[in-house]
Order: sequence, then C-alpha cells, then structure tokens
Amino acid sequence: MKNRALPVRCGVAAIAWAALWAQTAGVMSLLPPARLRVPRTGLVEYSLKAAVEPGYHVNSDKPNDEYLIPLRLSWDPGAVEVLAVKFPKPLLEKSDFSEQPLSVFTGNFEIVTQFKRAAGATPGPGLLTGKLRYQACNDKMCLPPKNIVVKVPLLVE
Amino acid sequence: MQFRVLGSPAAAVVLVGLILALGGCSSGSSRAEAASSAKPPEKRKPAPDFQLKDANGQMFRLSDYKGKVVLLNFWATWCGPCKIEIPWFVDFERTYKDRGFAVIGIALDDDGWAVVKPYVERRQMNYRVAMGSPEIEQLYGGGEGIESLPTTFIIDRQSRVADIHVGLLGKSDYKDEIEELLAANDRVETTRQSIP
Repeated sequence: MKNRALPVRCGVAAIAWAALWAQTAGVMSLLPPARLRVPRTGLVEYSLKAAVEPGYHVNSDKPNDEYLIPLRLSWDPGAVEVLAVKFPKPLLEKSDFSEQPLSVFTGNFEIVTQFKRAAGATPGPGLLTGKLRYQACNDKMCLPPKNIVVKVPLLVE
Repeated sequence: MQFRVLGSPAAAVVLVGLILALGGCSSGSSRAEAASSAKPPEKRKPAPDFQLKDANGQMFRLSDYKGKVVLLNFWATWCGPCKIEIPWFVDFERTYKDRGFAVIGIALDDDGWAVVKPYVERRQMNYRVAMGSPEIEQLYGGGEGIESLPTTFIIDRQSRVADIHVGLLGKSDYKDEIEELLAANDRVETTRQSIP
C-alpha cells in the first residue's frame, strides 16, 4: 500500500532541516526555531530564542542614542500576518564609552511575535522567513551591523 | 558556543593575517588594552595607497601625505568607542599639525554622507573625513573588510605602517606613539640639515 504521508513527512523534515541552519551571524545566534502551528482562527504567539556571546551586547529595539542601530525583526509576507513584535525589557548597562547607560540586550533573551493566519493561506507545511538585524559591541569595539536570516518551519491548520 | 572576536572565523584569519603582514602586531581586544609602541622601522610594511573623496568633495590620496605622520582611523557614527576617540583626534590634529602630522577619518556608515556630514559638524571634527569604500576596506581589512571599529593605523613619514590598533585605546597611548614618530623623524631631519 502506498504511504501517502511519506512525501508530507519528507517535506516537513526538509524544512525543519533547513531551519536548523543559517540562524547565526557574528556574535549573535538564534536557537533552532520550533515549528510554528498557525490555527485556523485567533492569534498565536511565537518565541525566538536569541543568544549574544559573552562580553558583547546588542542595542535594544529602542536605543537611547539617535546614532545607534536598533535591533529589528522583520518577517516576509506569506501564510501568516504579523500583528506585533515584542522585545523584552532592555538592560540599562553602563559602558566605558558612554556617559549615559546604554539600552541593550545581553546573554539569552526571547523575541515574541504575534501572528494570525493570513487570508487565503493554504493549509499544510511551509517555511516562514524573516530577518533579524542587529549591531553589537563590547567595551572596546563595535562590529558592523549584521543580518540573521530566520527560517521557521510552520504548519497552517 | 564558540567565541569569536570577528564576524566569522574566516574573517578573523584574513584580518589577523593582514594585520600581521602590514604591521606585525596582534589584533583584537587584548591589543586594545595593551600599551602602544611603534614597530621598529625595519619591520614596517608600506601602507597601501588609496584615493577617496572627502567631506568637501575633494579627491585625495594617502600618498599626498608622504613625509607626514598619519593617523588613519576607521570609524562609524554608530560606534560608541569611536565617539570617545574623536575629541582626542581633534586635539592631536590641532597640536601636531605644524610638525607634519595629520588625522584621516574613514567613515564606514552604510547611510553615507547623509548621516556622516551632520555628525562631523556636530562634533567639530577638524580633520579630513572620507567615506570608506569596498576597495579601501579590502586594502586595510582583507577579504571581509574592516570587521571591528575603531581600527586605527599609525603611518610614519615614509608611508609605512608603524602600528595598528583595534578597539579603544587610551589617549596617552596614541599621544606617546605620535610623539615618538614625530621625534624620530625630527631627529632624521636635524641630522640631514647638519650635514654640510
């Protein structure tokens, strides 16, 4: 008997495998994202787990200097609609190179996105892509802004 | 998780290699904390020449500065440690200009002059500032470009790289090094003048 579930399983596995990679750039990385299940109705909150290497910080989404580059998470259009991106409360960190404390993220933290199913989205597996843009420094130096390509396996119900 | 100072391991290898090739000194945060001292003249490598346009729209080359001690500083408006150094460089330009010294700032902002020019005016930067280009980043940073800011090259009067500093240093470290290079060359000038 033909196993009809096999192609679907292979597709999901391929998407999940792809999602394991390309989630890091420079001193910041994202843990391999869990699958996003998109319900037929209502909202879903999805958490991305980020990590900044010890000794470094990244600017928060609302840095307190107009020249600093904020942390930004953007999602490509697709099977889901983005309702909100929520960053954690930033740390106010004193630095050798700033008179006022910097608004930053360090170590491990989570970024939560609220999604809802997009009108006309086809049920089934897929891949949601996005971009996390950050700029990192330590006490002595800064690194140029970088982008992390985010790939999230999703299942539209 | 693997600790990386630079953007990628490959970039780190390239930049460290280039820094060793140009100046024969170490790089990274440990370098930033170390006291500075110019390399002996016989160990210095030629500083790669380049041509850029400055904030006034004037084209210039590094080779125009032959005979001067040059502090070549790669920076950006979003770089906090760079902001600390700028008043020092303004002071150096004012203090040592008449002894054959110049500061050149190379800005690496993606948004270009639109963001850099107002910043230069607000900070009253009295030295020459130019926008970086992929070419100069290749010349001074290797394949991945300049990966950490600030990065500063100290160039002697013979257009050789006397030292490279990656990261924030103390003002006195720069001052000592500039005075050392100016004095060494002053001695050469004095000796030459005394020969009948």
